Amino acid sequence: MSASTATSASVPASASASVNAATRKARRRSAALGVAAWVVGIGFCLPALWMVLTSFHAEADAATNPPSIAATLTLDGYRTFFGGGGGPTPWPPLVNSLAASFFSTVLVLLLALPAAYALSIRRVRKWTDVMFFFLSTKMLPVVAGLLPVYLFAKNTGLLDNIWLLVLLYTSMNLPIAVWMMQSFLADVPVSIIEAAQVDGARLPTVLRRVVAPVAGPGIAATALICFIFSWNELLFARVLTGVVAGTAPVHLTTFVTSQGLFLAQLCAASVVVSLPVLVAGYAAQDKLVQGLSLGAVK
Amino acid sequence: MTVTATRETTSPPTPAKRPDGGGRRRAWATRAPLLPALVFLIAVTQLPFVATLVISLFDWNSLKPEKRHFTGFSNYASVFTDEALRESVVTTVVLTASVVIVSVVLGLLFALLLDRAFFGRGFVRTLLITPFLLVPVSAALLWKHALYNPEYGLFNGALTWFGELFGIESIAQPEWTSQMPLIAIEASLVWQWTPFMMLILLAGLQSRPAEIMEAARLDGAGPWQMFRYLTLPHLRRYLELGILLGSVYIVQNFDAVFTITSGGLGTANLPYTVYETFYRAHEYGLASAAGVVVVIGTIVIATFALRTVSSLFREEASRS
Repeated sequence: MSASTATSASVPASASASVNAATRKARRRSAALGVAAWVVGIGFCLPALWMVLTSFHAEADAATNPPSIAATLTLDGYRTFFGGGGGPTPWPPLVNSLAASFFSTVLVLLLALPAAYALSIRRVRKWTDVMFFFLSTKMLPVVAGLLPVYLFAKNTGLLDNIWLLVLLYTSMNLPIAVWMMQSFLADVPVSIIEAAQVDGARLPTVLRRVVAPVAGPGIAATALICFIFSWNELLFARVLTGVVAGTAPVHLTTFVTSQGLFLAQLCAASVVVSLPVLVAGYAAQDKLVQGLSLGAVK
Repeated sequence: MTVTATRETTSPPTPAKRPDGGGRRRAWATRAPLLPALVFLIAVTQLPFVATLVISLFDWNSLKPEKRHFTGFSNYASVFTDEALRESVVTTVVLTASVVIVSVVLGLLFALLLDRAFFGRGFVRTLLITPFLLVPVSAALLWKHALYNPEYGLFNGALTWFGELFGIESIAQPEWTSQMPLIAIEASLVWQWTPFMMLILLAGLQSRPAEIMEAARLDGAGPWQMFRYLTLPHLRRYLELGILLGSVYIVQNFDAVFTITSGGLGTANLPYTVYETFYRAHEYGLASAAGVVVVIGTIVIATFALRTVSSLFREEASRS
């Protein structure tokens, strides 16, 4: 492999021929690696693809050994999941998840934007310490505060209430949001902000008119990531909600036990619940890395 | 709590204070936008933890509330002497370490594959990150029922296929989740976390200085040499970051353990054990002590994580 480039600069007569051979060899190698990447990609994604395929099978075809790939496709799994056939509808949990994720994302943005602004544009003294305090709360395992939160909720009647989830999801996502936005806002030229301030603009105006247009895509990506994390959360929702405020992940876990195992229906349910996150995640692919590595990797 | 880690980070020089009288008011105006977030976080994350610390010092079973009393550190003694709890400490370490190591290695291989241009690269990348974007519960359910199920799961189905292909009558049909419960959980977690590692390492690969790589190539360095002496050292920080962030998240894993085995067959990790101890066994004091132990473990990892992030962060600052 390493010989290909080493020979290129030597004998003039055979030089062009060996360069051709070398590039041909390199091209063949990169074509092979491209094929390998495709094989790895499809193979790795196979369980997810299998889930999608199974979700379109009839129950009888879904639960066979060996699996029936060519079985007729049907929407029955989805129809039953959405309550056709007299089962419970998944709408309350889906709406709960949507509401909890949406409101906590809004709250996160309202709190994180000014904070990130203070941390990135006006350098607060000891600002790195503050940044690291935010980050350190993210490292605090959720189980460590679960019991007191549960007791608090039980004694105040907040149990089984999505607003409690909204508060907890906000605290879960706030550190990440502050870090991400801090790195996005750092790209806003300070001179524009100072010019706006000289013109008499106050903080909300500066944020809306100057910061938001420049850092808009970053803020949107932050919002998406917060939404994803809230949508995915299981432990808090499982412990703190029940009949009324149960979220989609909780609905998924109770799904199997309450109705016995219907594989096609379970796959359909998993696809439906994952769909918002998949769409959001694909949309934010590039910013996802930066967000998940807390702004440390650009 | 992780104050020690932040001590050594040097703050950048702050702008000199204006000598005019409004200095103090100006300083407050600067800090004010930060306060709501700070106060909110302290109230919602730190206060419950303090409460957990206090509860951990009590012998408190919620089914026998009248017997609640202060016991000092005896709950901690139980955490470390109780066989089941001790096992869950070991399980947590094994689970976290194996998932992180395997997903980092796989993630590095995937990142290297995706680092070059080829037809459909964007699509393959999308395929590869899909497992990470599935809701963790659905991923766990998918593995438990659609893949591991001994009667109609994909794995045993594929085995039957192979059997038919080669004319083997009754091919072995393992019961994955009961014969190798921990490995079953680990496999599903590796599947979910490899894309995360790949994304971070891909960012690292693409930030390699192109001139230096080109210069090395012209000097006759082979692919392996370039990888060993240029790429790997450059990736070190990204590897550290991936390992440490991955550890912090996977140490806290609840969804997969809860869904795939419900903590049975020696797969209960600490978060699951804490959940079980307080939610099912109603042992509030013991659960809190176990929770505090999880926190201490995480702080050890987090201290390194913060140090890594802060050094990346400093590099970033010095570059700009």
